[in-house]
Amino acid sequence: MQLTIQEVEHIAELAKLDLSDEEKEQYREQLSSILAYATMLQNVDTGDIPPTASVLPERSVLRADIVQEPLTPETVLQNAPHQKEQQFKVPIVMENGQ
Amino acid sequence: MSNLSDLSVRQALKLLQNGDISSLELTQSYLDRIQALEPQIKAFITLTPEMALAQAKSADLLRKNNPDGDLPALLGLPIAVKDVLALKNVRCTCGSRILENFIPAYTATTVQHLLDAGVVILGKTNTDEFAMGSSTENSAFQTTHNPWNQDHVPGGSSGGSAAAVSAGMAPVALGSDTGGSVRQPASFCGITGLKPTYGRVSRFGLIAYGSSLDSVGIFSHSAEDLAVIFEQIAGRDPKDATSMNIPVPAIHLDSNTDLRGVRIGVPTEYFITGIQADVEKNVRTAIQHFENLGAQIVEISLPHTEYALPVYYLIATAEASANLARFDGVRYGYSAEAASLWERFKQSRGRGFGSEVKRRIMLGTYALSAGYYDAYYGQAQKVRTLIKRDFEQAFEHVDAIATPVAPTTAFKIGEHTNDPLAMYLEDIFTLPTNLAGVPGLAFPVGFDHQGLPVGMQLMGPHFKEETLLKLVHAYQLSTQWHKSMPDL
Repeated sequence: MQLTIQEVEHIAELAKLDLSDEEKEQYREQLSSILAYATMLQNVDTGDIPPTASVLPERSVLRADIVQEPLTPETVLQNAPHQKEQQFKVPIVMENGQ
Repeated sequence: MSNLSDLSVRQALKLLQNGDISSLELTQSYLDRIQALEPQIKAFITLTPEMALAQAKSADLLRKNNPDGDLPALLGLPIAVKDVLALKNVRCTCGSRILENFIPAYTATTVQHLLDAGVVILGKTNTDEFAMGSSTENSAFQTTHNPWNQDHVPGGSSGGSAAAVSAGMAPVALGSDTGGSVRQPASFCGITGLKPTYGRVSRFGLIAYGSSLDSVGIFSHSAEDLAVIFEQIAGRDPKDATSMNIPVPAIHLDSNTDLRGVRIGVPTEYFITGIQADVEKNVRTAIQHFENLGAQIVEISLPHTEYALPVYYLIATAEASANLARFDGVRYGYSAEAASLWERFKQSRGRGFGSEVKRRIMLGTYALSAGYYDAYYGQAQKVRTLIKRDFEQAFEHVDAIATPVAPTTAFKIGEHTNDPLAMYLEDIFTLPTNLAGVPGLAFPVGFDHQGLPVGMQLMGPHFKEETLLKLVHAYQLSTQWHKSMPDL
Protein backbone atom coordinates (compact mmCIF):
# COMPACT_ATOMS: atom_id res chain seq x y z
CA MET A 1 0.00 0.00 0.00
CA GLN A 2 1.96 3.00 -1.27
CA LEU A 3 0.21 6.32 -1.80
CA THR A 4 1.48 8.63 -4.53
CA ILE A 5 2.08 12.35 -4.09
CA GLN A 6 -0.87 12.93 -6.45
CA GLU A 7 -3.14 10.90 -4.14
CA VAL A 8 -1.91 12.87 -1.14
CA GLU A 9 -2.63 16.11 -3.00
CA HIS A 10 -6.11 14.85 -3.90
CA ILE A 11 -6.90 14.03 -0.25
CA ALA A 12 -5.51 17.39 0.89
CA GLU A 13 -7.76 19.12 -1.66
CA LEU A 14 -10.81 17.21 -0.40
CA ALA A 15 -9.88 18.11 3.19
CA LYS A 16 -9.10 21.73 2.26
CA LEU A 17 -5.61 21.60 3.76
CA ASP A 18 -2.76 23.63 2.31
CA LEU A 19 0.33 21.43 2.75
CA SER A 20 4.00 22.13 2.13
CA ASP A 21 6.04 19.78 -0.10
CA GLU A 22 7.73 18.35 3.02
CA GLU A 23 4.37 17.69 4.63
CA LYS A 24 3.09 15.96 1.51
CA GLU A 25 6.08 13.62 1.44
CA GLN A 26 5.87 12.98 5.19
CA TYR A 27 2.14 12.18 5.03
CA ARG A 28 2.67 10.03 1.95
CA GLU A 29 5.05 7.81 3.90
CA GLN A 30 3.13 7.81 7.19
CA LEU A 31 -0.35 7.32 5.72
CA SER A 32 1.01 4.53 3.52
CA SER A 33 2.32 2.63 6.54
CA ILE A 34 -0.84 3.24 8.62
CA LEU A 35 -3.06 2.09 5.72
CA ALA A 36 -0.84 -0.96 5.21
CA TYR A 37 -1.41 -1.82 8.86
CA ALA A 38 -5.16 -1.33 8.41
CA THR A 39 -5.33 -3.85 5.56
CA MET A 40 -5.52 -6.56 8.25
CA LEU A 41 -9.23 -5.66 8.43
CA GLN A 42 -9.68 -7.12 4.93
CA ASN A 43 -9.02 -10.55 6.47
CA VAL A 44 -12.10 -10.38 8.69
CA ASP A 45 -15.20 -12.10 7.34
CA THR A 46 -17.97 -9.52 7.76
CA GLY A 47 -20.36 -10.97 5.19
CA ASP A 48 -23.61 -10.69 7.17
CA ILE A 49 -22.39 -8.32 9.91
CA PRO A 50 -24.21 -4.99 10.09
CA PRO A 51 -22.12 -1.83 10.55
CA THR A 52 -22.08 0.00 13.90
CA ALA A 53 -22.40 3.78 13.57
CA SER A 54 -23.48 4.29 17.18
CA VAL A 55 -23.36 1.95 20.18
CA LEU A 56 -26.67 3.30 21.46
CA PRO A 57 -30.01 1.71 20.68
CA GLU A 58 -31.52 3.37 17.61
CA ARG A 59 -34.24 5.73 18.69
CA SER A 60 -35.78 9.02 17.75
CA VAL A 61 -35.05 11.94 20.07
CA LEU A 62 -37.58 14.74 19.98
CA ARG A 63 -38.25 17.75 22.14
CA ALA A 64 -41.22 20.04 22.53
CA ASP A 65 -41.17 22.85 19.96
CA ILE A 66 -40.86 25.72 22.41
CA VAL A 67 -39.42 29.10 21.49
CA GLN A 68 -36.30 29.81 23.51
CA GLU A 69 -34.08 32.80 23.95
CA PRO A 70 -31.41 32.64 21.20
CA LEU A 71 -27.85 33.94 21.42
CA THR A 72 -27.58 37.61 20.42
CA PRO A 73 -25.95 38.49 17.07
CA GLU A 74 -23.09 40.10 19.02
CA THR A 75 -22.47 36.85 20.91
CA VAL A 76 -22.63 34.74 17.76
CA LEU A 77 -20.14 37.05 16.07
CA GLN A 78 -17.83 37.53 19.05
CA ASN A 79 -15.16 35.21 17.61
CA ALA A 80 -15.56 36.17 13.95
CA PRO A 81 -12.17 37.08 12.42
CA HIS A 82 -13.90 39.32 9.86
CA GLN A 83 -17.38 40.77 10.17
CA LYS A 84 -19.52 43.52 8.73
CA GLU A 85 -23.03 44.69 9.61
CA GLN A 86 -23.74 41.72 11.88
CA GLN A 87 -22.60 39.20 9.30
CA PHE A 88 -19.58 36.96 8.82
CA LYS A 89 -17.45 38.53 6.12
CA VAL A 90 -15.64 36.35 3.55
CA PRO A 91 -13.69 37.08 0.35
CA ILE A 92 -15.67 37.31 -2.89
CA VAL A 93 -17.13 33.93 -3.81
CA MET A 94 -18.55 34.83 -7.24
CA GLU A 95 -16.92 37.41 -9.49
CA ASN A 96 -18.67 40.35 -11.20
CA GLY A 97 -21.61 40.35 -8.83
CA GLN A 98 -23.12 37.25 -10.44
CA MET B 1 -2.15 17.06 57.43
CA SER B 2 1.04 18.48 55.95
CA ASN B 3 -0.59 20.30 53.08
CA LEU B 4 -4.15 21.20 52.18
CA SER B 5 -3.47 19.99 48.64
CA ASP B 6 -3.05 16.40 49.88
CA LEU B 7 -6.74 16.27 50.83
CA SER B 8 -9.12 13.90 49.13
CA VAL B 9 -12.35 15.30 47.72
CA ARG B 10 -14.34 13.79 50.59
CA GLN B 11 -11.94 15.12 53.21
CA ALA B 12 -11.95 18.60 51.66
CA LEU B 13 -15.75 18.69 51.49
CA LYS B 14 -16.00 17.61 55.12
CA LEU B 15 -13.58 20.31 56.31
CA LEU B 16 -15.52 22.88 54.29
CA GLN B 17 -18.86 21.68 55.68
CA ASN B 18 -17.57 21.75 59.26
CA GLY B 19 -16.17 25.23 58.80
CA ASP B 20 -12.64 23.98 59.58
CA ILE B 21 -11.37 25.63 56.41
CA SER B 22 -12.84 28.19 54.04
CA SER B 23 -13.04 27.71 50.30
CA LEU B 24 -10.84 30.79 50.00
CA GLU B 25 -8.10 29.14 52.07
CA LEU B 26 -8.40 25.89 50.15
CA THR B 27 -8.44 27.61 46.76
CA GLN B 28 -5.47 29.80 47.71
CA SER B 29 -3.50 26.74 48.79
CA TYR B 30 -4.05 25.12 45.38
CA LEU B 31 -3.18 28.36 43.57
CA ASP B 32 0.03 28.58 45.64
CA ARG B 33 0.94 25.02 44.78
CA ILE B 34 0.19 25.66 41.09
CA GLN B 35 2.41 28.74 41.17
CA ALA B 36 5.24 26.74 42.72
CA LEU B 37 5.00 23.68 40.45
CA GLU B 38 3.62 24.93 37.15
CA PRO B 39 7.01 26.08 35.77
CA GLN B 40 8.19 22.44 35.84
CA ILE B 41 4.93 20.51 35.26
CA LYS B 42 3.21 22.79 32.68
CA ALA B 43 -0.22 21.28 33.32
CA PHE B 44 -2.33 24.35 32.49
CA ILE B 45 -2.90 26.28 29.28
CA THR B 46 -4.97 28.97 31.00
CA LEU B 47 -5.09 29.71 34.72
CA THR B 48 -8.15 31.50 36.13
CA PRO B 49 -7.03 32.64 39.61
CA GLU B 50 -9.24 35.75 39.75
CA MET B 51 -12.34 33.80 38.82
CA ALA B 52 -11.38 31.03 41.25
CA LEU B 53 -10.95 33.40 44.19
CA ALA B 54 -14.26 35.14 43.36
CA GLN B 55 -16.05 31.76 43.18
CA ALA B 56 -14.44 30.73 46.48
CA LYS B 57 -15.59 33.95 48.17
CA SER B 58 -19.13 33.43 46.87
CA ALA B 59 -19.09 29.85 48.13
CA ASP B 60 -17.94 30.95 51.59
CA LEU B 61 -20.60 33.68 51.67
CA LEU B 62 -23.35 31.28 50.66
CA ARG B 63 -22.28 28.86 53.39
CA LYS B 64 -22.06 31.63 56.00
CA ASN B 65 -25.53 32.93 55.14
CA ASN B 66 -27.11 29.48 55.19
CA PRO B 67 -25.78 27.79 58.33
CA ASP B 68 -28.62 25.25 58.37
CA GLY B 69 -29.48 25.40 54.68
CA ASP B 70 -29.42 22.78 51.99
CA LEU B 71 -26.20 23.72 50.21
CA PRO B 72 -24.86 22.57 46.82
CA ALA B 73 -23.00 19.25 47.11
CA LEU B 74 -19.54 20.46 46.08
CA LEU B 75 -19.70 23.99 47.48
CA GLY B 76 -16.22 25.53 47.52
CA LEU B 77 -14.34 22.57 46.00
CA PRO B 78 -11.57 23.56 43.54
CA ILE B 79 -11.33 21.65 40.25
CA ALA B 80 -9.42 21.80 36.95
CA VAL B 81 -10.99 21.39 33.50
CA LYS B 82 -9.41 20.04 30.33
CA ASP B 83 -9.17 22.74 27.70
CA VAL B 84 -11.55 20.98 25.30
CA LEU B 85 -14.60 21.70 27.49
CA ALA B 86 -16.21 25.09 26.98
CA LEU B 87 -16.50 27.52 29.87
CA LYS B 88 -18.35 30.68 28.93
CA ASN B 89 -16.11 33.73 28.47
CA VAL B 90 -12.89 31.82 29.25
CA ARG B 91 -10.53 31.08 26.35
CA CYS B 92 -10.84 27.49 25.08
CA THR B 93 -7.93 26.46 22.85
CA CYS B 94 -8.18 22.66 22.48
CA GLY B 95 -4.37 22.85 22.52
CA SER B 96 -4.52 24.32 19.01
CA ARG B 97 -3.24 27.49 17.37
CA ILE B 98 -6.43 27.57 15.33
CA LEU B 99 -8.41 28.27 18.54
CA GLU B 100 -5.69 30.22 20.37
CA ASN B 101 -8.05 33.16 21.00
CA PHE B 102 -11.44 31.43 20.94
CA ILE B 103 -13.88 32.61 23.63
CA PRO B 104 -16.90 30.27 24.01
CA ALA B 105 -20.35 31.80 24.24
CA TYR B 106 -21.65 28.97 26.43
CA THR B 107 -20.57 26.43 29.04
CA ALA B 108 -20.34 22.65 28.60
CA THR B 109 -23.15 20.82 30.41
CA THR B 110 -20.73 18.81 32.57
CA VAL B 111 -18.92 21.97 33.65
CA GLN B 112 -22.25 23.71 34.28
CA HIS B 113 -23.41 20.82 36.49
CA LEU B 114 -20.25 21.22 38.57
CA LEU B 115 -20.65 25.00 38.74
CA ASP B 116 -24.24 24.49 39.89
CA ALA B 117 -22.86 22.14 42.55
CA GLY B 118 -20.65 24.98 43.79
CA VAL B 119 -17.15 24.25 42.46
CA VAL B 120 -14.29 26.69 42.03
CA ILE B 121 -12.47 26.49 38.66
CA LEU B 122 -8.67 26.82 38.89
CA GLY B 123 -7.95 26.73 35.17
CA LYS B 124 -8.00 24.92 31.85
CA THR B 125 -5.52 22.08 31.43
CA ASN B 126 -3.15 21.10 28.66
CA THR B 127 -4.14 18.58 26.00
CA ASP B 128 -2.87 17.12 22.78
CA GLU B 129 -4.32 19.25 19.99
CA PHE B 130 -8.05 18.46 19.68
CA ALA B 131 -7.44 15.53 22.08
CA MET B 132 -5.47 13.68 19.40
CA GLY B 133 -2.49 12.09 21.06
CA SER B 134 -1.17 9.98 23.90
CA SER B 135 1.43 12.27 25.50
CA THR B 136 0.44 16.01 25.31
CA GLU B 137 3.38 16.42 22.91
CA ASN B 138 0.87 17.39 20.21
CA SER B 139 -0.25 20.46 22.17
CA ALA B 140 0.54 23.60 20.19
CA PHE B 141 1.57 25.34 23.41
CA GLN B 142 3.60 23.06 25.67
CA THR B 143 4.36 19.50 26.70
CA THR B 144 3.23 18.59 30.20
CA HIS B 145 5.77 16.75 32.35
CA ASN B 146 5.00 13.64 34.37
CA PRO B 147 5.13 14.54 38.09
CA TRP B 148 6.75 11.16 38.88
CA ASN B 149 9.65 11.75 36.51
CA GLN B 150 9.78 14.96 34.58
CA ASP B 151 11.73 13.46 31.66
CA HIS B 152 8.65 11.38 30.91
CA VAL B 153 5.27 12.22 29.37
CA PRO B 154 2.12 12.34 31.53
CA GLY B 155 0.17 10.41 28.90
CA GLY B 156 -2.57 11.96 26.85
CA SER B 157 -4.53 13.45 25.56
CA SER B 158 -5.81 14.66 28.97
CA GLY B 159 -2.24 14.79 30.30
CA GLY B 160 -2.62 18.25 31.82
CA SER B 161 -5.57 17.20 33.97
CA ALA B 162 -3.81 13.97 35.04
CA ALA B 163 -0.56 15.73 35.93
CA ALA B 164 -2.43 18.46 37.83
CA VAL B 165 -4.23 15.91 40.04
CA SER B 166 -1.13 13.74 40.43
CA ALA B 167 0.97 16.74 41.50
CA GLY B 168 -1.64 17.98 43.98
CA MET B 169 -2.43 21.07 41.90
CA ALA B 170 -6.14 20.14 41.92
CA PRO B 171 -8.04 17.46 43.84
CA VAL B 172 -10.13 16.52 40.82
CA ALA B 173 -10.15 17.32 37.12
CA LEU B 174 -12.35 16.75 34.10
CA GLY B 175 -10.91 15.18 30.96
CA SER B 176 -12.20 13.59 27.78
CA ASP B 177 -11.67 10.05 26.52
CA THR B 178 -12.10 9.08 22.86
CA GLY B 179 -9.66 6.17 22.78
CA GLY B 180 -8.10 6.17 26.25
CA SER B 181 -7.39 9.85 26.85
CA VAL B 182 -8.51 9.70 30.49
CA ARG B 183 -7.42 6.17 31.43
CA GLN B 184 -3.92 6.15 29.90
CA PRO B 185 -2.78 9.46 31.51
CA ALA B 186 -4.38 8.35 34.81
CA SER B 187 -2.25 5.22 34.58
CA PHE B 188 0.93 7.11 33.63
CA CYS B 189 0.43 9.60 36.49
CA GLY B 190 -0.59 7.08 39.19
CA ILE B 191 -4.14 8.31 39.75
CA THR B 192 -7.69 7.03 39.28
CA GLY B 193 -9.63 7.92 36.13
CA LEU B 194 -13.13 7.09 34.89
CA LYS B 195 -14.40 6.94 31.33
CA PRO B 196 -18.18 6.60 31.72
CA THR B 197 -20.46 4.68 29.36
CA TYR B 198 -21.03 6.43 26.02
CA GLY B 199 -24.35 8.27 26.47
CA ARG B 200 -24.07 8.48 30.27
CA VAL B 201 -22.58 11.98 30.38
CA SER B 202 -23.49 14.92 28.14
CA ARG B 203 -21.07 15.85 25.36
CA PHE B 204 -22.60 19.31 24.91
CA GLY B 205 -19.77 21.84 25.00
CA LEU B 206 -17.09 19.16 24.58
CA ILE B 207 -15.40 20.23 21.36
CA ALA B 208 -15.88 17.18 19.16
CA TYR B 209 -13.17 14.79 18.01
CA GLY B 210 -14.88 11.43 17.29
CA SER B 211 -18.54 11.90 18.06
CA SER B 212 -19.49 8.21 18.36
CA LEU B 213 -16.55 7.61 20.75
CA ASP B 214 -16.10 10.78 22.84
CA SER B 215 -16.88 10.70 26.60
CA VAL B 216 -16.26 13.27 29.30
CA GLY B 217 -14.29 11.62 32.11
CA ILE B 218 -12.95 12.38 35.58
CA PHE B 219 -9.59 12.19 37.36
CA SER B 220 -9.03 11.98 41.09
CA HIS B 221 -7.05 9.99 43.65
CA SER B 222 -9.66 7.34 44.41
CA ALA B 223 -12.84 5.64 43.22
CA GLU B 224 -14.58 7.17 46.23
CA ASP B 225 -13.75 10.69 45.02
CA LEU B 226 -14.71 9.87 41.42
CA ALA B 227 -18.12 8.69 42.59
CA VAL B 228 -18.84 12.08 44.20
CA ILE B 229 -18.13 13.91 40.94
CA PHE B 230 -19.70 11.28 38.65
CA GLU B 231 -23.06 11.62 40.40
CA GLN B 232 -23.04 15.33 39.58
CA ILE B 233 -22.17 15.15 35.87
CA ALA B 234 -24.06 12.02 34.76
CA GLY B 235 -27.54 12.01 33.27
CA ARG B 236 -29.69 13.03 30.35
CA ASP B 237 -29.11 16.42 28.74
CA PRO B 238 -31.68 17.83 26.31
CA LYS B 239 -28.76 19.49 24.49
CA ASP B 240 -27.12 16.14 23.67
CA ALA B 241 -29.41 13.75 21.77
CA THR B 242 -27.00 10.88 22.47
CA SER B 243 -27.22 11.27 26.24
CA MET B 244 -29.46 8.55 27.65
CA ASN B 245 -32.40 8.90 29.98
CA ILE B 246 -31.27 6.19 32.38
CA PRO B 247 -31.42 6.90 36.12
CA VAL B 248 -28.06 7.61 37.75
CA PRO B 249 -27.79 5.58 40.96
CA ALA B 250 -26.77 7.25 44.20
CA ILE B 251 -23.48 5.42 44.64
CA HIS B 252 -23.00 4.08 48.15
CA LEU B 253 -19.44 2.97 48.78
CA ASP B 254 -19.18 1.36 52.19
CA SER B 255 -16.33 -0.30 54.05
CA ASN B 256 -17.18 -3.75 52.71
CA THR B 257 -14.26 -5.42 50.94
CA ASP B 258 -15.90 -8.84 50.61
CA LEU B 259 -16.10 -9.50 46.88
CA ARG B 260 -17.54 -13.02 47.08
CA GLY B 261 -20.03 -13.55 44.27
CA VAL B 262 -18.27 -11.13 41.90
CA ARG B 263 -16.86 -12.57 38.67
CA ILE B 264 -13.93 -10.79 37.01
CA GLY B 265 -12.86 -11.83 33.50
CA VAL B 266 -9.24 -11.71 32.36
CA PRO B 267 -8.97 -11.69 28.54
CA THR B 268 -6.00 -13.61 27.16
CA GLU B 269 -5.73 -11.17 24.23
CA TYR B 270 -4.62 -8.36 26.58
CA PHE B 271 -1.55 -10.15 27.89
CA ILE B 272 0.52 -10.15 24.75
CA THR B 273 4.16 -10.20 23.74
CA GLY B 274 5.56 -6.71 23.90
CA ILE B 275 3.82 -5.79 27.13
CA GLN B 276 6.35 -4.42 29.64
CA ALA B 277 7.24 -7.08 32.24
CA ASP B 278 6.66 -4.75 35.20
CA VAL B 279 3.21 -3.89 33.87
CA GLU B 280 2.14 -7.52 33.56
CA LYS B 281 3.58 -8.45 36.96
CA ASN B 282 1.84 -5.63 38.85
CA VAL B 283 -1.49 -6.16 37.05
CA ARG B 284 -1.37 -9.92 37.73
CA THR B 285 -0.64 -9.18 41.39
CA ALA B 286 -3.64 -6.84 41.54
CA ILE B 287 -5.87 -9.46 39.92
CA GLN B 288 -4.66 -11.90 42.62
CA HIS B 289 -5.62 -9.28 45.21
CA PHE B 290 -9.18 -9.19 43.85
CA GLU B 291 -9.22 -12.98 44.13
CA ASN B 292 -8.02 -12.72 47.74
CA LEU B 293 -10.95 -10.38 48.42
CA GLY B 294 -13.29 -13.15 47.26
CA ALA B 295 -13.83 -12.39 43.58
CA GLN B 296 -13.84 -15.27 41.16
CA ILE B 297 -11.27 -14.80 38.39
CA VAL B 298 -12.29 -16.26 35.03
CA GLU B 299 -10.17 -16.49 31.90
CA ILE B 300 -12.15 -15.10 28.95
CA SER B 301 -11.60 -14.28 25.30
CA LEU B 302 -12.30 -11.06 23.38
CA PRO B 303 -11.29 -12.53 20.03
CA HIS B 304 -11.44 -9.37 17.89
CA THR B 305 -9.17 -7.31 20.13
CA GLU B 306 -6.30 -7.15 17.61
CA TYR B 307 -8.57 -5.31 15.14
CA ALA B 308 -9.46 -2.52 17.56
CA LEU B 309 -6.47 -0.35 16.64
CA PRO B 310 -7.11 -0.15 12.87
CA VAL B 311 -10.88 0.08 13.41
CA TYR B 312 -10.39 2.96 15.83
CA TYR B 313 -7.96 4.88 13.65
CA LEU B 314 -10.30 4.64 10.63
CA ILE B 315 -13.54 5.51 12.48
CA ALA B 316 -12.12 8.18 14.80
CA THR B 317 -10.26 9.94 12.00
CA ALA B 318 -13.25 9.74 9.65
CA GLU B 319 -15.42 11.38 12.30
CA ALA B 320 -12.67 13.90 13.06
CA SER B 321 -12.33 14.86 9.39
CA ALA B 322 -16.04 15.76 9.39
CA ASN B 323 -16.07 17.40 12.83
CA LEU B 324 -13.02 19.56 12.13
CA ALA B 325 -14.45 20.81 8.83
CA ARG B 326 -16.04 23.59 10.91
CA PHE B 327 -12.65 25.25 11.42
CA ASP B 328 -12.58 27.32 8.25
CA GLY B 329 -11.39 30.75 9.35
CA VAL B 330 -14.87 32.28 8.91
CA ARG B 331 -16.86 31.98 12.14
CA TYR B 332 -14.04 31.62 14.66
CA GLY B 333 -10.40 30.80 14.96
CA TYR B 334 -7.27 31.59 12.98
CA SER B 335 -8.05 33.13 9.60
CA ALA B 336 -5.42 33.46 6.89
CA GLU B 337 -5.41 36.53 4.66
CA ALA B 338 -6.27 35.18 1.23
CA ALA B 339 -7.80 36.53 -1.94
CA SER B 340 -10.39 33.79 -2.40
CA LEU B 341 -12.64 31.90 -0.02
CA TRP B 342 -11.21 28.49 -0.96
CA GLU B 343 -7.66 29.75 -0.38
CA ARG B 344 -8.74 31.14 2.99
CA PHE B 345 -10.11 27.73 4.00
CA LYS B 346 -7.00 25.88 2.89
CA GLN B 347 -4.44 28.29 4.32
CA SER B 348 -6.28 28.81 7.61
CA ARG B 349 -6.48 25.06 8.13
CA GLY B 350 -3.02 24.31 6.75
CA ARG B 351 -1.37 26.80 9.11
CA GLY B 352 -3.79 26.62 12.05
CA PHE B 353 -3.72 22.84 12.60
CA GLY B 354 -0.65 20.99 13.86
CA SER B 355 0.86 17.96 12.18
CA GLU B 356 -0.99 15.19 14.06
CA VAL B 357 -4.37 16.82 13.49
CA LYS B 358 -3.64 17.22 9.79
CA ARG B 359 -2.44 13.60 9.64
CA ARG B 360 -5.72 12.37 11.15
CA ILE B 361 -7.88 14.62 8.95
CA MET B 362 -6.00 13.24 5.92
CA LEU B 363 -6.43 9.63 7.05
CA GLY B 364 -10.13 10.12 7.81
CA THR B 365 -10.74 11.92 4.53
CA TYR B 366 -9.07 9.07 2.67
CA ALA B 367 -11.15 6.45 4.53
CA LEU B 368 -14.34 8.30 3.56
CA SER B 369 -13.37 9.14 -0.02
CA ALA B 370 -14.99 7.71 -3.14
CA GLY B 371 -13.56 4.32 -4.02
CA TYR B 372 -12.20 3.62 -0.53
CA TYR B 373 -15.27 4.09 1.68
CA ASP B 374 -16.42 0.44 1.62
CA ALA B 375 -12.96 -1.05 2.00
CA TYR B 376 -11.88 1.17 4.90
CA TYR B 377 -14.66 3.04 6.73
CA GLY B 378 -17.45 0.56 5.92
CA GLN B 379 -15.37 -2.48 6.85
CA ALA B 380 -14.19 -0.77 10.05
CA GLN B 381 -17.82 -0.17 11.09
CA LYS B 382 -18.61 -3.85 10.58
CA VAL B 383 -15.60 -5.03 12.56
CA ARG B 384 -16.68 -2.55 15.25
CA THR B 385 -19.88 -4.59 15.54
CA LEU B 386 -17.79 -7.73 16.16
CA ILE B 387 -15.74 -5.95 18.86
CA LYS B 388 -18.94 -4.76 20.53
CA ARG B 389 -20.37 -8.30 20.44
CA ASP B 390 -17.19 -9.65 22.06
CA PHE B 391 -17.98 -7.47 25.08
CA GLU B 392 -21.70 -8.31 25.12
CA GLN B 393 -20.89 -12.01 25.13
CA ALA B 394 -18.22 -11.64 27.82
CA PHE B 395 -20.56 -9.68 30.11
CA GLU B 396 -23.06 -12.54 30.02
CA HIS B 397 -20.55 -14.40 32.18
CA VAL B 398 -18.58 -11.78 34.15
CA ASP B 399 -19.32 -8.55 36.06
CA ALA B 400 -16.12 -6.81 35.02
CA ILE B 401 -13.06 -7.34 32.83
CA ALA B 402 -9.54 -6.70 34.16
CA THR B 403 -6.63 -5.66 31.91
CA PRO B 404 -3.58 -3.41 31.92
CA VAL B 405 -4.37 0.21 30.93
CA ALA B 406 -1.41 0.45 28.57
CA PRO B 407 1.37 -1.91 27.48
CA THR B 408 4.03 0.33 29.03
CA THR B 409 4.51 2.84 31.81
CA ALA B 410 5.09 6.52 30.93
CA PHE B 411 7.57 6.75 28.07
CA LYS B 412 10.18 9.48 27.65
CA ILE B 413 9.35 12.83 26.11
CA GLY B 414 10.32 12.60 22.42
CA GLU B 415 10.49 8.80 22.35
CA HIS B 416 7.61 8.26 19.89
CA THR B 417 7.25 11.64 18.18
CA ASN B 418 8.63 10.46 14.81
CA ASP B 419 6.64 7.23 14.65
CA PRO B 420 2.87 7.77 14.72
CA LEU B 421 2.10 4.04 14.60
CA ALA B 422 4.23 3.35 17.69
CA MET B 423 2.39 6.16 19.48
CA TYR B 424 -0.99 4.71 18.41
CA LEU B 425 0.03 1.31 19.86
CA GLU B 426 0.09 2.88 23.34
CA ASP B 427 -3.72 2.88 23.16
CA ILE B 428 -4.36 -0.76 22.21
CA PHE B 429 -5.90 -1.71 25.58
CA THR B 430 -8.13 1.35 25.93
CA LEU B 431 -9.54 1.72 22.38
CA PRO B 432 -11.90 -1.30 22.49
CA THR B 433 -13.84 0.27 25.38
CA ASN B 434 -14.72 3.33 23.28
CA LEU B 435 -15.60 1.21 20.25
CA ALA B 436 -18.01 -0.84 22.40
CA GLY B 437 -19.20 2.23 24.37
CA VAL B 438 -18.68 0.51 27.73
CA PRO B 439 -17.26 2.22 30.84
CA GLY B 440 -13.63 1.86 31.93
CA LEU B 441 -11.89 2.71 35.18
CA ALA B 442 -8.11 3.05 35.52
CA PHE B 443 -6.37 2.92 38.89
CA PRO B 444 -2.80 2.54 40.20
CA VAL B 445 -1.59 -0.94 41.18
CA GLY B 446 2.17 -0.48 41.69
CA PHE B 447 5.37 0.88 40.20
CA ASP B 448 7.88 -0.29 37.59
CA HIS B 449 11.63 -0.60 38.22
CA GLN B 450 12.07 3.10 37.33
CA GLY B 451 9.54 4.17 39.96
CA LEU B 452 6.85 5.00 37.38
CA PRO B 453 3.22 4.10 38.16
CA VAL B 454 1.51 1.05 36.66
CA GLY B 455 -2.23 1.20 36.05
CA MET B 456 -4.92 -1.44 35.78
CA GLN B 457 -8.21 -1.10 33.93
CA LEU B 458 -11.59 -2.52 34.87
CA MET B 459 -14.23 -2.46 32.15
CA GLY B 460 -17.92 -3.04 32.80
CA PRO B 461 -21.24 -3.47 31.00
CA HIS B 462 -23.05 -0.39 29.69
CA PHE B 463 -24.20 1.95 32.49
CA LYS B 464 -22.54 -0.16 35.22
CA GLU B 465 -20.06 2.49 36.41
CA GLU B 466 -21.26 1.77 39.95
CA THR B 467 -19.97 -1.83 39.75
CA LEU B 468 -16.52 -0.61 38.67
CA LEU B 469 -16.38 2.08 41.35
CA LYS B 470 -17.37 -0.45 44.05
CA LEU B 471 -14.75 -2.97 42.95
CA VAL B 472 -11.97 -0.39 42.82
CA HIS B 473 -13.12 1.07 46.14
CA ALA B 474 -12.76 -2.38 47.72
CA TYR B 475 -9.26 -2.64 46.23
CA GLN B 476 -8.30 0.83 47.46
CA LEU B 477 -9.65 0.16 50.97
CA SER B 478 -7.26 -2.78 51.21
CA THR B 479 -4.19 -1.36 49.41
CA GLN B 480 -2.16 1.85 49.50
CA TRP B 481 -1.07 2.46 45.89
CA HIS B 482 -3.60 5.26 45.31
CA LYS B 483 -2.17 7.15 48.29
CA SER B 484 1.33 7.39 46.81
CA MET B 485 2.18 10.93 45.77
CA PRO B 486 5.19 12.05 43.72
CA ASP B 487 7.96 13.77 45.62
CA LEU B 488 7.82 17.36 44.36
